[in-house]
Amino acid sequence: MHLGRVIGRLVATHRYPGLEGVPLQLVQPLDASGQDAGASLVACAVVPSGPGDTVHFIDGREAAIACPETFVPVDATIMGVVEEATNAGQVISGSIAGGG
Amino acid sequence: MLIAEVVGNVTSPIQVDSLNGRTLLLIQPLTPEGSPSGNARIAIDTVGAGEGDRVLMIDEGNSGRQILGAPDAPVKTLIVGVIDHVEVGGESVYDHCEGVST
Repeated sequence: MHLGRVIGRLVATHRYPGLEGVPLQLVQPLDASGQDAGASLVACAVVPSGPGDTVHFIDGREAAIACPETFVPVDATIMGVVEEATNAGQVISGSIAGGG
Repeated sequence: MLIAEVVGNVTSPIQVDSLNGRTLLLIQPLTPEGSPSGNARIAIDTVGAGEGDRVLMIDEGNSGRQILGAPDAPVKTLIVGVIDHVEVGGESVYDHCEGVST
């Protein structure tokens, strides 16, 4: 699983069967110090996350397993909203209220 | 399996059910000699590791699901051991007790 921050939402009405009703959100991956790490990506959200939230997401086959329908072409799924992530005792990211 | 260091904790009160009750730790994969190798990631702890520990991690879903006994869980990265000592070519490159005053 990886740390990330939700930076936006995405609407796609024409989708692969099985992905109906699954929210799509833009996620910026974060590194161990809470800084942006690499390019942003689109992830399914199976928890009530939204822009500004720090989240943890999973990639690979497990991303599809986390979706309501498990045989879908998905490689990133948000599985949790992070309240607090620390590194050597310092809070690096995290806030349900957004930002962080 | 890979070697990693636990650098921090991740608290996530809102998450998928299969992760409820699991401890999430922020880890940095390392080379045997101890330099960072690859992206930091979040792992499920199964052995009571803590910040600063050098740990053994797996990054493969099937093994993760078997360890947790949850055939449908979307899990991949788990901590499965706390490392005491690493030797490469007969030379010690890491020892848990080094620098610990007894």
